[in-house]
Amino acid sequence: MIEMLQVRLLRLLRRVLSRPRIDLPLAAGLVLLAAAGLCTLYTAADGGMGMVGGQAARFVLGFALMMLISRIPPATLRNWTPWLYAGSTLLLMVVAVLGEGRGADRWLNLGVMRFQPSELVKLTMPMMVAWYLHPRQLPPSWKDIAAVCVLIAIPAVLIAKQPDLGTALLVAAAGAFALFLSGMAWWRIGVLLMGAAGMAPIAWHFMHQYQRGRILTMLNPESDPLGNGWHIIQSQIAVGSGGVLGKGWMHSSQSRLDFLPEHTTDFIFAVFSEEFGLVGVCLMMLLYACIIGRCLWIAMEARETYSRLLAGAIGMSLFVYVFVNGGMVAGMLPVVGVPMPMVSYGGTSAVTLLVGFGMLMSIHAHRKRHD
Amino acid sequence: MKPRRTIKDSRSEGELFRRRALAGFALILLGLLGLIGRYVTLQVTRYDEFATRSENNRVKPIPIPPARGLIYDRNGVLLANNVPAFRLEVVPEQVTDMKAMLTRLEKVIPLSQDDLDAFHKQLKQSRRFESVPLKMRLTEDEIDRFAVNRWRFPGVDVVPYLNRRYPTGGLFAHVIGYVSRIDADDLEHLDPARYKGTTHVGRTGIERSYEDVLHGTPGYELVEVNADGRTQRVLQTHPATPGKNIYLSIDARIQKAAEKALGGQPGAAVAIDPRNGQVLAMVSEPTFDPNLFVDGISHADYNALTSAPDKPLLNRALRGVYPPGSTVKPYLALGGLELGLRTPADTVLSTGTWCLPGTTFCRRDDRRGGFGTVNLRMAIMWSVNTYFYKLAVDMGIDRFSAWMSKFGFGKPTGIDLDNEASGVLPSSAWKAKHFRKPWYPGETMIAGIGQGYWAVTPLQLAHALATLAGHGVPHAPRLVMATQAGVGAPRKLFPDPPQGPSLVSEPSAWQAVVEGMEMVVNDPRGTGYGLGKGFPYTIAGKSGTAERYSRHTDAYNNDTNLAYLASRHRAWFEMFTPAEEPRIAVAVLLERGAWGASSAGPIARKILDAWLATQPNAPPDTPLPEGGPPVSDAVQGESATLSTTPPQAPHEVSPDQPAAAASQERPP
Repeated sequence: MIEMLQVRLLRLLRRVLSRPRIDLPLAAGLVLLAAAGLCTLYTAADGGMGMVGGQAARFVLGFALMMLISRIPPATLRNWTPWLYAGSTLLLMVVAVLGEGRGADRWLNLGVMRFQPSELVKLTMPMMVAWYLHPRQLPPSWKDIAAVCVLIAIPAVLIAKQPDLGTALLVAAAGAFALFLSGMAWWRIGVLLMGAAGMAPIAWHFMHQYQRGRILTMLNPESDPLGNGWHIIQSQIAVGSGGVLGKGWMHSSQSRLDFLPEHTTDFIFAVFSEEFGLVGVCLMMLLYACIIGRCLWIAMEARETYSRLLAGAIGMSLFVYVFVNGGMVAGMLPVVGVPMPMVSYGGTSAVTLLVGFGMLMSIHAHRKRHD
Repeated sequence: MKPRRTIKDSRSEGELFRRRALAGFALILLGLLGLIGRYVTLQVTRYDEFATRSENNRVKPIPIPPARGLIYDRNGVLLANNVPAFRLEVVPEQVTDMKAMLTRLEKVIPLSQDDLDAFHKQLKQSRRFESVPLKMRLTEDEIDRFAVNRWRFPGVDVVPYLNRRYPTGGLFAHVIGYVSRIDADDLEHLDPARYKGTTHVGRTGIERSYEDVLHGTPGYELVEVNADGRTQRVLQTHPATPGKNIYLSIDARIQKAAEKALGGQPGAAVAIDPRNGQVLAMVSEPTFDPNLFVDGISHADYNALTSAPDKPLLNRALRGVYPPGSTVKPYLALGGLELGLRTPADTVLSTGTWCLPGTTFCRRDDRRGGFGTVNLRMAIMWSVNTYFYKLAVDMGIDRFSAWMSKFGFGKPTGIDLDNEASGVLPSSAWKAKHFRKPWYPGETMIAGIGQGYWAVTPLQLAHALATLAGHGVPHAPRLVMATQAGVGAPRKLFPDPPQGPSLVSEPSAWQAVVEGMEMVVNDPRGTGYGLGKGFPYTIAGKSGTAERYSRHTDAYNNDTNLAYLASRHRAWFEMFTPAEEPRIAVAVLLERGAWGASSAGPIARKILDAWLATQPNAPPDTPLPEGGPPVSDAVQGESATLSTTPPQAPHEVSPDQPAAAASQERPP
């Protein structure tokens, strides 16, 4: 039994290594991004190799997982989807009951490692929406839209209660993109958006004090010079003083002098902008745009609804990360804990992202098949 | 296949998806362009502004923690103070090798294992650029030695701070509580903006329940730093707003007298002003030194406190629950009058035992042969069980618990302290919930003398007594009388409006009950006779001796060894004065008291003596001689033959434990 398992595992490993189902343009973009991320982390961490090494190790793990996942055919993924969704939602409930974390109850201690179920949901959410919509008549009817909204709302509310509003919005966005890509009529999208805007005052009512504070300080950073206002001001100074060409690698003064808080995690893009200037920012945005474009290309090539929706939603949610984090660093959006994909220090988000790209690659490899 | 499925046209679907994907991509490009637009604004249009700001960015805000509000007693005696002290702090980021640094530092300043444990714990919880306290309350010698060696320890510094001191030590430990170091759990619920730079937070008592008032608002100063981040000069100071001072309603003199009167015996005493609910004294003995907790208590001290048999950390006044015994009889008597079940003149024949009608469930009086025909006043004076068995049964458990609940039994009194115990007020609903068994009338009977499931805290009894003494007007007990925005500022009084209308609708009913309670203390036949001697005002009171263990027989216990009795009894005494217009109500509990009147009574009287001394223009007082009130010769019945038995209380005895009572009452 065990031997057979070993043999099969070895065979799988050999296949992964000899004939990887890697989409080269996508992989190249990701490797470039990871390299840029490690370079920025090196200066943000003040030349500390410990952090860079740790992050590099996570990238290696992430890329390995990506290759493994790319071997799983989309049909298999599709069959697993309801279970994965139910499992991750259940984990969220477990966290709600007995989670531990600093400030927010987001973590689940598995003994060996601590683990954040909301990361998992970032993937299972678009999978579930795609799974729900794939056998149905598209564009979706009101009934199907309502069902999808419920599927999105359950995990999103659980995450928002943790309280982690940023991740809740990302998760909801991932699901919403799948719905958007399914061809939901524009006027229906309009109605839903208006409804969401109407809900905003109610959401405000249910927000935590600190969450409201973050929104208020974004509007007037000088009102909170010790807390988030300080983050916003310092981050803007870092970005603005970078100018067009930037101060050059390893020459960011803001983070070096500790003026910029969280400069290895949420605000790392400010360090990048300070050192590489507007040129760097544009190149980085171009790189992200290429990766997203490639994702959508893969999605369009796919022959079957589930694969299409999943690939498209994963690609488009990458945009939300970039937009929210980039906007926050530039003082355009409130301070929420959303990392810059592949650049911010922190393992779980990079690994989940790469797992998602693994699915994309599998979809790409199976693009010619019908089922 | 269903027709619905056949319509599904994968080609048109693919086309639809393609259009959507392109539209989505266009939106994304638009979004990214918008983002780039923002960066253009910052990096091109406003480049000069930000470049200059970055160049001049040598200014850092440093939080200034607010000074914690002081706590005074009602006359301005200082009970909680802030004293300047110095602590050693470490900025982890600036230390290259923490282990080696600590080893070297230990040779300069001795560090205890407790210090190191707390430091390592906090080190894990804080960010690398935030300083972590290593050792609190440095001595002058330590500061000098570190100053000489400071150059060897980059990232380590001596920092001045204000340290909380409780000059009265254990006297107010159970009221004021203490502050202690902020730990990881606190960080989860404290507002980080308000607690920047603050190291301590109220942990128990007033320090905890009034944390918001005492803490204040932090300020900050803008300092110029050099390239290493070291402060060069202070540019601007926005001072912190100190926390408000708090004036307790407690009078330290009464508190001190109450503590002295209890004399370290496990027990509690609570005194309340019935006119407004202000707590005048609240003591739980034994007590502890709250100063030990301020900078993190050592393991040895903490183990000593938690393993002590008398549990000094337990706030008996607030959280200790005990059967109330006969102390509840006046409330029951008032209930009988208010509900129209009795008039003050109605009499009951006490024969020594009383049986539940139609059953063989019988319980006895404290005196063999009974007290004869007694009316309400006499029943209170003698603590005649028969009278109250019958009254409770006539009332029925539902009306009984509804009435007693109005005095605050079985629920928190609403005092301004956290974690108050509710005690138990027996009711059929309560029993159904906790035992899933029906209520038996025999249990009503024993509830009438404050036994059975019934459990109260000393605070609850004092609150009930204050409600009774205050002509039935309930006030939630209040410890804080006023706040003050700063030394010299006017005091802002805390209003404490009544919680509801008076429970007394008929003044003559109240009068009758209070007269019964006056007779307890002043009538030569009363259970507490002698306790009012020498006091210028009339005292009204009631004793209570509750049994700690369930009884197995109904026999009279003739063992009169006081130590033996103390091990079996909880002694209570409640008293208020002046009986006509009460101004103070006191409840005293001894966990190991032989008799309510002889053990707890003199303590209550001493508290009244101390109170009287604080009253302006008070008539002179002759305190009782040491050793309790003069032995009255009016002791009757069995106890009269026992010369060592104190005068006031023959047995105030409870019957069996309720379960056994229930089994007995059921007729075969």
